Amino acid sequence: MTTLTAGRVGLPAKYLPVLVTGCLLAAMFVAGGIRYEGFASGQVILNVFIDNAFLLVVAVGMTFVILTGGIDLSVGSVVALSTMISASLMAGPGWPPYLVVPLVLVIGSGLGLVMGYIVHAFDIQPFIVTLAGMFLARGLCYTIGTDSIPIEDPAFTAFAQSRIDLFADMWISPSVIVALVVVGVAAYVLHYTRFGRAVYATGGSEQSALLMGLPVGRTKITVYTVSGFCSALGGVLLSFYMLSGYGLHAVGMELDAIAAVVIGGTLLTGGSGFLLGTVLGVLVLGLIQTIISFEGTLSSWWTKIFIGMLLFVFILLQRLFSARSRR
Amino acid sequence: MPVVPEPVLTMSGIGKQFPGVAALDGVDLRLLPGEVHALMGENGAGKSTLIKVLTGVHPADAGTVELGGAAVAFASPLEAQRAGISTVYQEVNLCANLSVAENILLGREPRRMGRIDWKRMRARAGELLARLELSLEVAAPLSSYSLAVQQMVAIARAVDIDARVLILDEPTSSLDADEVAQLFRVMRRLKDEGIAILFVSHFLDQIYEISDRMTILRNGRLVGEYLTRELPQVELVAKMIGQELAVLERLHGEAKVFDRPLVEARGLGRVGAIEPFSLTVHEGEVVGLAGLLGSGRTEIARLLFGADHASTGEIAVGGTPQSLRTPRAAMAQKIAFCSENRKADGLIPDLTVRENIILALQATRGWTRPVPRDQQDELVDRYVKALKISPPNPEHLVRNLSGGNQQKVVLARWLILEPRLLILDEPTRGIDVGAKAEIQRLVAELSDGGMAVLFISAELEEVLRLSHKVQVLRDRRLVAELPNDAGLTSDVLMETIASGGRAS
Repeated sequence: MTTLTAGRVGLPAKYLPVLVTGCLLAAMFVAGGIRYEGFASGQVILNVFIDNAFLLVVAVGMTFVILTGGIDLSVGSVVALSTMISASLMAGPGWPPYLVVPLVLVIGSGLGLVMGYIVHAFDIQPFIVTLAGMFLARGLCYTIGTDSIPIEDPAFTAFAQSRIDLFADMWISPSVIVALVVVGVAAYVLHYTRFGRAVYATGGSEQSALLMGLPVGRTKITVYTVSGFCSALGGVLLSFYMLSGYGLHAVGMELDAIAAVVIGGTLLTGGSGFLLGTVLGVLVLGLIQTIISFEGTLSSWWTKIFIGMLLFVFILLQRLFSARSRR
Repeated sequence: MPVVPEPVLTMSGIGKQFPGVAALDGVDLRLLPGEVHALMGENGAGKSTLIKVLTGVHPADAGTVELGGAAVAFASPLEAQRAGISTVYQEVNLCANLSVAENILLGREPRRMGRIDWKRMRARAGELLARLELSLEVAAPLSSYSLAVQQMVAIARAVDIDARVLILDEPTSSLDADEVAQLFRVMRRLKDEGIAILFVSHFLDQIYEISDRMTILRNGRLVGEYLTRELPQVELVAKMIGQELAVLERLHGEAKVFDRPLVEARGLGRVGAIEPFSLTVHEGEVVGLAGLLGSGRTEIARLLFGADHASTGEIAVGGTPQSLRTPRAAMAQKIAFCSENRKADGLIPDLTVRENIILALQATRGWTRPVPRDQQDELVDRYVKALKISPPNPEHLVRNLSGGNQQKVVLARWLILEPRLLILDEPTRGIDVGAKAEIQRLVAELSDGGMAVLFISAELEEVLRLSHKVQVLRDRRLVAELPNDAGLTSDVLMETIASGGRAS
């Protein structure tokens, strides 16, 4: 209560959820640094970025959708489909990457566009439309092939394996740069363009947004297209990471993305949240994994247990915040 | 006689058919610049339909609309807005999650090279609010302000678009007296700037305070256009409902003797909601609760109905102590509660009139014993007739009824249970004079038939007209119990509320 009243002067209440996530991340890092040898280094943080660049990109798209009050369950399948298309086109007919990657991005955006159109035009729950999209995209993977297809295109593998050296022996992969550019562009769009503000308005109250003369339908279609694009791009980044295409890649990634967005403080009901929160949410998920691998004796399934517990806590927090603001 | 300026907007011969009903038939309306024009009529008279035709929500079936001399027909509210006709609805249609500045300028934000210029946006919003003599923190989220301020923000948004016509559809129904005064200041200012304002309200006093001219509708037809100062209130009411209002006289005939207590509350209270109070309601008695908003009126009702748990005290029903810990327990004692917020707590808008009415009866029987369909039809039919629910079609969806008729559906639901105590929380809020009078008459009839009624209303006149005794509340405390005799007037009541009962 006191933090809130103090917050009125300094920090508006809307930043509070992001702040909580930020503090959690810092606390996890400090705790890891005290407990494990070699944990408190910059490269550990950078590795979290490297290992989760694709998830970050997918979560950015998901943030757009959730901000309008929708949900996109198809992202994991679209990621898998993207790896599959990339790998098969490069392996079979030997298409060059500079043709394959744009094609994949167009296909992903197209899928999102179609789902967004159905959501808007027929006024159907996004949950069920994107669930259909999820099955569709996953099924399409197996029409291409049931086995994992390795990627051996020299230009593609060279780019994937290149390291960008920073100061003091630290390095990142090109995927991290791509992900950060996506985050930057998305944050600009959300904050500084009419489309971005329409996203928030639609999530706040669709009825009001409509009466205020905002293009609600176009906004909704666009956010699913953005999410489809981000999924496809996430698929390309995952191809860099795995150097293979496989129908079983990214199973359940839609749930990781949703978890990251929620832990980042974005309300599932829409209208409230920040991209910075999503970045922090992805980092929290990544850091949990890192801590568990440092612990060594714990099974990786503990990651899921911790994510589950965190989600419970954050959903309860959201409930508290929204209950207070309604009063 | 001053020269009447050219009307900025003229609607003539407007007709609108809905399936089965003529919602509007040959209605004329003209708005003059610099005037507040009241649109009067009962619920269902066609006010909302006329406004929707004007703003392009519904196309008109007949008639013409002229704006500034040129014929227009709007296909959407957005088009109407662009032409200079802005509407502020009863429910504030803004996005509470966004800042005040954004809510004013959303969709036409000042931009520099495609990028929203936040600094200029906040400055511009501040200017627009200053024009309405308001000073707000424009960067703060809209949700941090009261409903009244949100309404002003909606007006600021509406008049930014070079408005020539401003439509205010029941803007005052949820505002308190100070907030209404503030709204009227804003309206006068806009009027002085030459904007034509169309104003809809159910409060006659407000109409007489602010409007210059009025158009009266009844059953979708035009009754006439009048200058407000030339039309006495009684005549206005008569024109609206089409008959002299005998019902507005005192409703209870001879004095009754109340000797059979039905519900007795002793030292009942709930920490943080209402201080312990004692209250007895006799059979056939109407007990009025008077007090300001937030004085604890609804809290008393909720305790008696078991919707909240009492932290102290006890209740006896018919002489035997009862523990009313849930609404189900209260319903078993034949206590019924029509809540204040009929939309959120009472009605299910997507069900039909019949289904809504039968709901409480079904709940008391339990889901394993459905009410037979013929019995449903018979019961519903009887109450639709008795309460004059319109349209008299039990299979009509409740969402399509007017406010007064929705209220009657809620009433019918509880009356079917034949309650011994009926608690009515603001049953007449936001409904028109005619429906109000009908509901009041119904309450009087029910109490004459032996039912006890606890009547809560913000309108003191109404409490006085109906109640046998009045309980006065102030600051979550029951401060006085006054028998409703000849000496009790609304002035006395107001004084009691103001002084907290010390004077009497």
